[in-house]
Amino acid sequence: MVPDVSREKILVLFRTMLTIRRFEEALIKLTKSGVSVGHFHVYIGQECTGAPTLSLYEPGDTVVSTHRNHGHLLARGADPGRLMAEILGRATGYNKGKGGTLHVTVRELGFLSSSGIVGESLPLATGAAFAAKQKKTGCVSFCFFGDGALEEGVSYESMNLAALWSLPVIYLCENNSEEALATSAGEYPGSTIAIPELTTLAKTFNIPAVAVDGADVGEVYRAVREAVGRARAGQGPSFIEAKTVRSPVTRFLWPDLVAGEMNLEWAWSRETIPHAYKEWHESQDGLLRFTRELLQACLMTPDTLLQMDRDVRAEMEKAVEYAQESPYPDPQSALDDVFV
Amino acid sequence: MRELSYAEAKVEALYEMMQADERVTLIGNFFLGLSPKRTLLARLREQFPSRIFDLPISEAGFCGLATGAAMAGLRPIVDVQTASFIFQAFPQVANEAANACYMSGGQVHAPVIFHILHGVRGGGASQHSHSPQAMLWNAPGLEIVLPSSPRDVKGLLKAAAARDNPVVFVDHAKLFEVKGPVPEKDEIIPFGQADIKRPGRDVTLVATSLMVQRALKASEELAGKGIDVEVVDPRTLVPLDKKSILDSVAKTGRLVIADECHRSCGVAAELAAMVAEEGFVYLKAPIKRVATLDVPIPFSRPLEAFVEVTEEKIVEAVLALMR
Repeated sequence: MVPDVSREKILVLFRTMLTIRRFEEALIKLTKSGVSVGHFHVYIGQECTGAPTLSLYEPGDTVVSTHRNHGHLLARGADPGRLMAEILGRATGYNKGKGGTLHVTVRELGFLSSSGIVGESLPLATGAAFAAKQKKTGCVSFCFFGDGALEEGVSYESMNLAALWSLPVIYLCENNSEEALATSAGEYPGSTIAIPELTTLAKTFNIPAVAVDGADVGEVYRAVREAVGRARAGQGPSFIEAKTVRSPVTRFLWPDLVAGEMNLEWAWSRETIPHAYKEWHESQDGLLRFTRELLQACLMTPDTLLQMDRDVRAEMEKAVEYAQESPYPDPQSALDDVFV
Repeated sequence: MRELSYAEAKVEALYEMMQADERVTLIGNFFLGLSPKRTLLARLREQFPSRIFDLPISEAGFCGLATGAAMAGLRPIVDVQTASFIFQAFPQVANEAANACYMSGGQVHAPVIFHILHGVRGGGASQHSHSPQAMLWNAPGLEIVLPSSPRDVKGLLKAAAARDNPVVFVDHAKLFEVKGPVPEKDEIIPFGQADIKRPGRDVTLVATSLMVQRALKASEELAGKGIDVEVVDPRTLVPLDKKSILDSVAKTGRLVIADECHRSCGVAAELAAMVAEEGFVYLKAPIKRVATLDVPIPFSRPLEAFVEVTEEKIVEAVLALMR
């Protein structure tokens, strides 16, 4: 579903999502060519969640993310070159090479933290919401986490506090465990929670909760807009579960382009979709779904789409070039920044 | 004697422990982290499917569960995975397991093993590179083991299985590929018995875990410069074999300690304090520590190399002491 906003906004949204996809494909290709970035996680397949969510960001709002942060950063307007530089440990990276993929942080964009510890984004984002309420800024706190975070007790402690104190936080649970297999099958495990519907967890605390199709831009946008409206109006926290089917790229312990790079033409000529993971590309990849919706609504044509794709790819090439040409930090700088 | 990789020796120990005692239960099963060698664990899954458990991401929950199960008669081995994750379970490890025996006046035993992978693994950045053994050493009631070779990991794991106290088994992912002799016959390496990994006359180099491997390489280089280094591996911090360390210092008169904890209040700091108190008369020179610099571990490789303990830094410290 196309969100009910202006054509201009829709095109910005689409470009953001395409940027996330092409950025991470470029990153995976780099690692396959031998560049080491440590263990990393990609957002491919979840673009339809982060991009519409953060299109509702207003100055003064805050964002807290996780180890799967690249998409959130790009959706928040982070510069792809500086983001890639951080992932490659360069001095020009946002964290001056100290954080790497797991911890990219951009304070000036309201991006407070990317924690590599599962579940930690909930208490931190709840705290940011507490600050907004105390300071009466009218701002909201965007809290991203995966379904696995709900295996940690601190998640419940945080939701309890947010509900008790009516804090302006949007808990965005990006459930990417649909169709994930277990470690025993040699794949990255999905979450293991006994409760079948995650929204019941939040409802227990009287937090308004809704589950949406995380590959449907319009549905995500509408749910987040309602939640943000409640938070700005002083009506407390909301919980949104965005369900996505695990992308082939993130099924294994190390991200891999098992079906190659995504081809936008797969959106309108289905016969060109490769056999491997055909179903995912046909109906579960939110980015391709959004592409089809734009064509149906006559907002874009195959030609304008392909032109935008070429532009985005060129931008990503520049980002990679910028990062690779950037110097490593001075070893002595390892001693800086322990304290303010 | 046959040669095994560290990973093979470790899995062999786990297998034999499970075979010998049906109370042994694996709470979690990433004992080889993300190493390609992790496929070795498939054998355990096949043989003991009802005693191996996949876990939700719930460190506080499963460490507490294992402690309670140990109090009630099981012998759980908990895989906390990356050592930094033990912070998520500090109440259960440091405040429950560690105190259980003492605060019950000796009535309750909690023979649980907490398995962690510590240290700089490369690109782990600040939240996946911790060496929490010194913090854990500050919680009396926990036994702490740090193997450094294939033979030790097998013998120490089997010793841990026979202990009635909570044990923190501090392992290092960078050891998995190390090869070395491991006896065919069952060997238990008792806790509290240091190992002289290399005899020498000029300087005592106490090292733990992966740093033992780096200390041995550094010693070879120093031998080329005419310096004869004795490498002492305590193997367990609790209980600590003070005598072997002091005997070595009595022989050489010089002490360098290489350990991956942060310098302040780290393992090296405690060992240095112990020797300063109990072996001061043997010392011909001040004690030197080679430890991780007092900053969180950075991501970028040149920064990581600047703060971590390297072979070069160990060589430099020994040379400085001999000048």
